[in-house]
Amino acid sequence: MTHIARIPGRSSLRRRSFIVGASATGLAFGYVAANDIKEALAANSFGPTAWYSIGPDGVVTVQVGKGEMGQHVSSTMCQIVAEELEADWSKMRIALPTNDPKFNDPVLGALITGGSWSTRMNFDTMSRAGAAGRITLIEAGAGLLGVKPEQCRASNGQVIDTKSGKKVSYAKIVADGKASKVWTPDELKAIKLKTPDQYKLVGVSVPQLDIPPKTNGTAKFGIDTMVPGMLYGRPVMPPVRYGATVKSVDESEAKKIKGYVKAVTLDDKTATTSGWIVAVATTYEGAKKAADALKVEYDKGPYATVSDQTLIDEAKKLQQSEASGQLFVSVGDPATAISGAARQFEAEYTTSINIHCPLEPMNATAYEQGGVWHVHTGNQFASRTGGIAAAALGIDPKHLVLHQYFMGGGFGRRLDADMVIPAVLAAKAVGKPVKVIYAREDDMAMDFTRPLTYQKVKAGLDADGKLVGLQHDVVSAWPTARWGIPEFLTPSVDKKGPLDSFTVNGADFWYTVPNHKVRAILNELAQKATPSGQLRSVAPGWTFWAVESMIDELAHAAGKDPVDYRLAMLDGAGDNKGGAKKLANALRTAAGRAGWGSVELPKNTGLGIACVSSQERATATWTACAAVVEVNPTNGAFEVKKLTVAMDLGTVVNPDGVKAQIEGSTLWGMSLALFEAAPLKDGALQVSNFGDYTPLRMSEMPELDISIIANNDPPSGCGEPAVTVVAPAIANAIFNAVGVRVRSLPITQAAVRKELQAKKT
Amino acid sequence: MLTLTVNGQQKQVDVETDTPLLWVIREHLQMTGTKFGCGAGLCGACTVHLDGTAVRSCQTAAKDAVGKKITTIEGLGGNHPLQVAWVAEQVPQCGYCQSGQIMQAASLLAKNNDPTRAEIVAHMDGNLCRCMTYGRIQKAIVRAAADMRAKSGA
Repeated sequence: MTHIARIPGRSSLRRRSFIVGASATGLAFGYVAANDIKEALAANSFGPTAWYSIGPDGVVTVQVGKGEMGQHVSSTMCQIVAEELEADWSKMRIALPTNDPKFNDPVLGALITGGSWSTRMNFDTMSRAGAAGRITLIEAGAGLLGVKPEQCRASNGQVIDTKSGKKVSYAKIVADGKASKVWTPDELKAIKLKTPDQYKLVGVSVPQLDIPPKTNGTAKFGIDTMVPGMLYGRPVMPPVRYGATVKSVDESEAKKIKGYVKAVTLDDKTATTSGWIVAVATTYEGAKKAADALKVEYDKGPYATVSDQTLIDEAKKLQQSEASGQLFVSVGDPATAISGAARQFEAEYTTSINIHCPLEPMNATAYEQGGVWHVHTGNQFASRTGGIAAAALGIDPKHLVLHQYFMGGGFGRRLDADMVIPAVLAAKAVGKPVKVIYAREDDMAMDFTRPLTYQKVKAGLDADGKLVGLQHDVVSAWPTARWGIPEFLTPSVDKKGPLDSFTVNGADFWYTVPNHKVRAILNELAQKATPSGQLRSVAPGWTFWAVESMIDELAHAAGKDPVDYRLAMLDGAGDNKGGAKKLANALRTAAGRAGWGSVELPKNTGLGIACVSSQERATATWTACAAVVEVNPTNGAFEVKKLTVAMDLGTVVNPDGVKAQIEGSTLWGMSLALFEAAPLKDGALQVSNFGDYTPLRMSEMPELDISIIANNDPPSGCGEPAVTVVAPAIANAIFNAVGVRVRSLPITQAAVRKELQAKKT
Repeated sequence: MLTLTVNGQQKQVDVETDTPLLWVIREHLQMTGTKFGCGAGLCGACTVHLDGTAVRSCQTAAKDAVGKKITTIEGLGGNHPLQVAWVAEQVPQCGYCQSGQIMQAASLLAKNNDPTRAEIVAHMDGNLCRCMTYGRIQKAIVRAAADMRAKSGA
């Protein structure tokens, strides 16, 4: 497979200057590489690529390099800038930039949105951009007021002389056109940012800027792109997820369809996809009919017999070999500790293949104009997706512009780039703009899935029930390794080469266990047969399923209370200093609010607990969940009655926005735990539409109780962590309700009934 | 050539008569507030009103809309109590399903401005929200209903 081994335009902002200067549209503010300053200051070359600008009407437009897919990150970035800029919130506006490397994330050095990273990694840079702007405006405003800058302050879009009380608005300063300044990297670093007691906007639930257009039909998504003279394309998906090739295409029936143009068999040089055709017509309804009418012969390739069972069998075989995989965690000698332990424990935990199915199906519109290719699509990884589009066309990435839109859901699906390939290749083949829209069935068939996972744990308890040794093997496809970008891989502890830590994050938990090994094992067959992707919460969505189920099982085996058992291991010893105690507090908060140990539940109703440090150890958000589940002990039917979630994420920029993310991600966790699975059979995903892939609906929603623990720690992420805590909390509640343990996701009534029957016999 | 009445305006469209109304509205008339989600009547993103009744435009042939009043999200006015409530409750996340959610809810409140929680769930359960903003959708409908009752003096 050909990889895009580099992210085009990957860069660092650590040594960048910040400049303020007049532009065609007002006053522009932006980071630039030191050697670009002269060029940037040249008239009109700067404004269009500024990080933010202020117009003569005082409107502040922030170019948000983060993809907006409903997490309100675009509004959050504006909020961070506005805080230090002392801007008027009603004058803030969002702009979504192209894949120009100038807008790269300051820490990641690329345009990528994921990992619940955005606020954490951009808070400082956006704050400094706002502060540098404020100081520059104060200096210019003081000049207009005829006073010294030292006696002025800024507030709500105005510079105020503190002695006379006279004011001048940012609008007026911009109209005056004299404000200008170059900040060196050292000057920027030296700016003293506000302390939390000085915040006016951070910590306030200001209305999200992206919401009003999403209530009246004016919000623009990629699928809404209209280009004069464009044609439409619908892909014809291969009969297997990967590895098929097209042998022949019979267009005779398709040619009878009004507006049919042609069938383009995709020669995808990036190998992102295989065995694809796109049917092109003058209308989408025509393209859709034509796609159905094409008669295609395929060579199904080498993976046409692969199924869930094949992948599980392969995973078990790999896990049993000592030679497999690489170590992600290695502390002490767990093998010896377990063999010498008073009690041994072994268990297998699995999770199904899951798909993203954001409600806006994958789509892209492409055309060439004056030697430059334009691709319109909402995407989470514009740097790579632009590179893939260019590679598919065989052109230099600098001749391709990716235009960003609001995303009708991302959840990691739009980190991938497949949707641009049929668009650019069809546009090239017909010499006209083409908008390609996947039908829902196409979108589900071609998902870059959460991989099927198989985990094996072996644990040893001492005579007091204390966990003294743990071996944890995680076997899966490696979605992030598939990108072929070395920077996203992690060196292994046993120096057996880099591993994909986005398959084992979470297994390096904050419990103190004296002997602990975590092995990451690549399921090569799954990697080839079912190219996987990053599905909301990624690894912690399966590692904590195993860890938090297992810890509960160990607590019961030791005859200990599951909350007390966890708290005892969250002792904050050694490397676990700090974080473990925060997690303990989140655990106490959720347990306390749910009435742990005090509430009397009806018969066959259980309260289950779990706590997680998702996403990564270095970016942990401290989250706990208590689930109330009622189980029918006869037939295994069960109902989740209530989910209580507590989350400590440090500085909270927008409390209501955080609450919205926790609400959605908690329900996502429940949906993945109970309602979603995409079986693999004969090399293809056996899902077609929302009739057979069934995310949670309104009638299935339990009561939610959400607590946000806000403090002055650096901000952490909130879009994903709650996804990871719900499934084990539910499984632990089922155990507490009726005494049976389910170790496979999704948890079905059939699985609970089977365990109930096994328990009886 | 078909003549359709969309948001009170007569529109001529040159389409095959079996074309789903969804594509006529979105791509031929370029009124993109109405969304494509599943093409099978399973998600509700494409919901519009035909003579005041909520229908899935992906399951409605263009010819069956001739002579009827078609209302899309763009025709709701922008200040409909539901749209106001949707902002007040900060409902949308990605926002893609919300045109359909609002149109579906509008057909409920037009008949019943004091729905019970169970009536809201029963009426809205066919509308999928992949971001799972269901709790806020419920709250916004309750808020809008109260607003409508207050305005009607009921």
